[in-house]
Amino acid sequence: MLLDARDLVQRFDGTTVLDGLSLATGDVQALVLIGPSGGGKTTLLRILAGLDVPAAGGVSFDGVPLPRDEAALRDYRRSVGTVFQAYNLFPHLSALDNLLLPLVHVHGLSPAAARDRVREPLERFQLAAHAHKRPAELSGGQKQRIAILRALVVRPRRLFLDEPTSALDPEMRGEVLAMIRELKETGVEFVLVTHEMAFARRIADEVAFVGDGRVLAAGPAAEIFDHCQSPRVRDFLSRTLI
Amino acid sequence: MPRWIAHLVVVAVFAGLIAVAFARVNYAWNWAGVWEYRQKFVQGWLTTVAISLAALVVSTLIGSLAALCLASRRPLVEAIGRVYVELIRGTPLLVQLLLGFYVVASAVGLENRYVVGVLVLSLFSGAYMAEIFRGGLAAIPRTQRDSARAIGLTPWQTLRLVILPQALRLVLPPVAGQLVSLIKDSSLLSVIAISEFTLNAQEVNAFTYSTLESYLPLAAGYLVLTLPLSALARWLESRVRFEA
Ligand SMILES: Nc1ncnc2c1ncn2[C@@H]1O[C@H](COP(=O)(O)OP(=O)(O)OP(=O)(O)O)[C@@H](O)[C@H]1O
Ligand SMILES: [Mg+2]
Repeated sequence: MLLDARDLVQRFDGTTVLDGLSLATGDVQALVLIGPSGGGKTTLLRILAGLDVPAAGGVSFDGVPLPRDEAALRDYRRSVGTVFQAYNLFPHLSALDNLLLPLVHVHGLSPAAARDRVREPLERFQLAAHAHKRPAELSGGQKQRIAILRALVVRPRRLFLDEPTSALDPEMRGEVLAMIRELKETGVEFVLVTHEMAFARRIADEVAFVGDGRVLAAGPAAEIFDHCQSPRVRDFLSRTLI
Repeated sequence: MPRWIAHLVVVAVFAGLIAVAFARVNYAWNWAGVWEYRQKFVQGWLTTVAISLAALVVSTLIGSLAALCLASRRPLVEAIGRVYVELIRGTPLLVQLLLGFYVVASAVGLENRYVVGVLVLSLFSGAYMAEIFRGGLAAIPRTQRDSARAIGLTPWQTLRLVILPQALRLVLPPVAGQLVSLIKDSSLLSVIAISEFTLNAQEVNAFTYSTLESYLPLAAGYLVLTLPLSALARWLESRVRFEA
C-alpha cells in the first residue's frame, strides 16, 4: 500500500488532537505507528480505517482518496478490517458466530459458505476448539485472535490494528504477536499501532512516530530505530527499548 | 437453613399473626354468601389477565418508541420523550384514567371503555418501560457500536444484530417486574367501570356485605399472578448476572 495522508486536522471538543499531520509512505506491506500516549495514534488510525472523518485534510491509499460521506465510508470499511485494543467481539455470540456475522450480513455469503470460509483459518490459528465458546469463556489472547480472524476472513485489502496486545497479560501477548507475524509472512497488508518496540522493529517495513498530533519522524524501520536524528524520537526509543 | 424453609417459616408466622388479629375482632365469616358469586371472581380475574396482557403488548410498543425518542440526538425528539415520561410518571394513574376517559376519549368519540382503559394503562406503563429500555440501550458499551461500524454493518443492522439482542437480556428482568406493577395498577380501571377483578370484588361486597370474604380472594387472585412473575424476574436477573 501507498499511504498518503495530508494536513490532517482532528479536534475533539475544541482541543486539537491532530495538528496538520502528514505522512507519505513508500509501497509498504506493514506500517507501524509508534509514539507517546495521547500523541494521536488512535485518532489517526480511526481516520485511516474510515471510522472517523478528519476536520480537515485528506487520506489516500494507492492514489485513491478516502470518501467523506457515511455511505461511501461504510463501503470502504467493508473492504478493510479493524481490530481495537479490546472488546471487539459481540458478547452475545459465540466466537464462530462472531466470525460468521460479517460474512453473512455484510458480504452476502450463505451461512454454509461462511462456515466453509472460516474452517481452515480457525484450524490454522488453533482456534477451532474454542469456536463454540462465548467471548466471556475465552482468554484475552483468544479473544484478540478471534477478532483478528473476524477482520481477516472477509478478505480485506488491509488491516488496521490498534494496540492489539496492550490489554493483554504478558503470557498472552506472544500468541497474538505470533499471529500478526504469520499474517506478515502470508502477505497481508496492515497498519499497526503498538507499544511493543522490539516487535515493531522486527515487523515494520516503515515506521511513523506520532507525537503532539504530528508525524515527528517516518521512514524504514532500521532508519527510525537506529539512526533517527530527532531528539524527541531518540529519547522515546531509549526509554522504551530497554 | 434452605431458602424455601425460611420462606415457609416467615409465611407461617405472618399467617399466625393475621389469624390472631381476626380472632380478636371476632369476625363473623360468611363464605357461603360470597361463594354464590364465584363466577364473578373468575370472570373478573380473567378480564384482569386479558387487560394486563393487552396493556403489556401496547406499553412495550409505546415504551420502545419513547425510549428511541429519549435516546435521540435531536433535541425536539428527545424533549417529546422526556415530557411524556415525566408527565406520566409524575401524576397519579387515577387522574390519567379520569382525564383519558371523560375528556380525551369523549372528545374523540372513543366509546369502548375497555379500549380506553387498555390505552391509558399502556400509556402509563409505557413511561416506565421507556426508562427501562433507555437504560438497557445505554448499558451497551460504545465499543460495541464501534465494532459493528468497523465490520461494515448499517445502523439498522447494528441495532438488530448487536444492540437489541444484548439490551433485551438486560431489560427482561425489569420488564417482568413492570408487569407485576401493571397487573396491580389495572385494579384502578374499576373507577371507569371496567368489569375487572377489583370491580367485581367490590360488587360482591356490595351484594353480600361480606367485606373480607370479598377482598381476601381478591388479594389471593393477584398474588397467583404476581408471585410467579416476581420469581421469574429474580431468576432472569440472576441469569444476566452470571453471563456478564
Ligand atoms: N473521542 C474523543 N473525545 C475527546 N478527546 C479525545 C477523543 N479521542 C481522543 N481524544 C484525545 O486525543 C488525544 C490523542 O488521543 P489518541 O487516542 O489518538 O492517542 P494515542 O496516541 O492513541 O494514545 P495511546 O497510546 O494512549 O493509545 C488524547 O489527549 C485524547 O484524550
Ligand atoms: Mg491509542
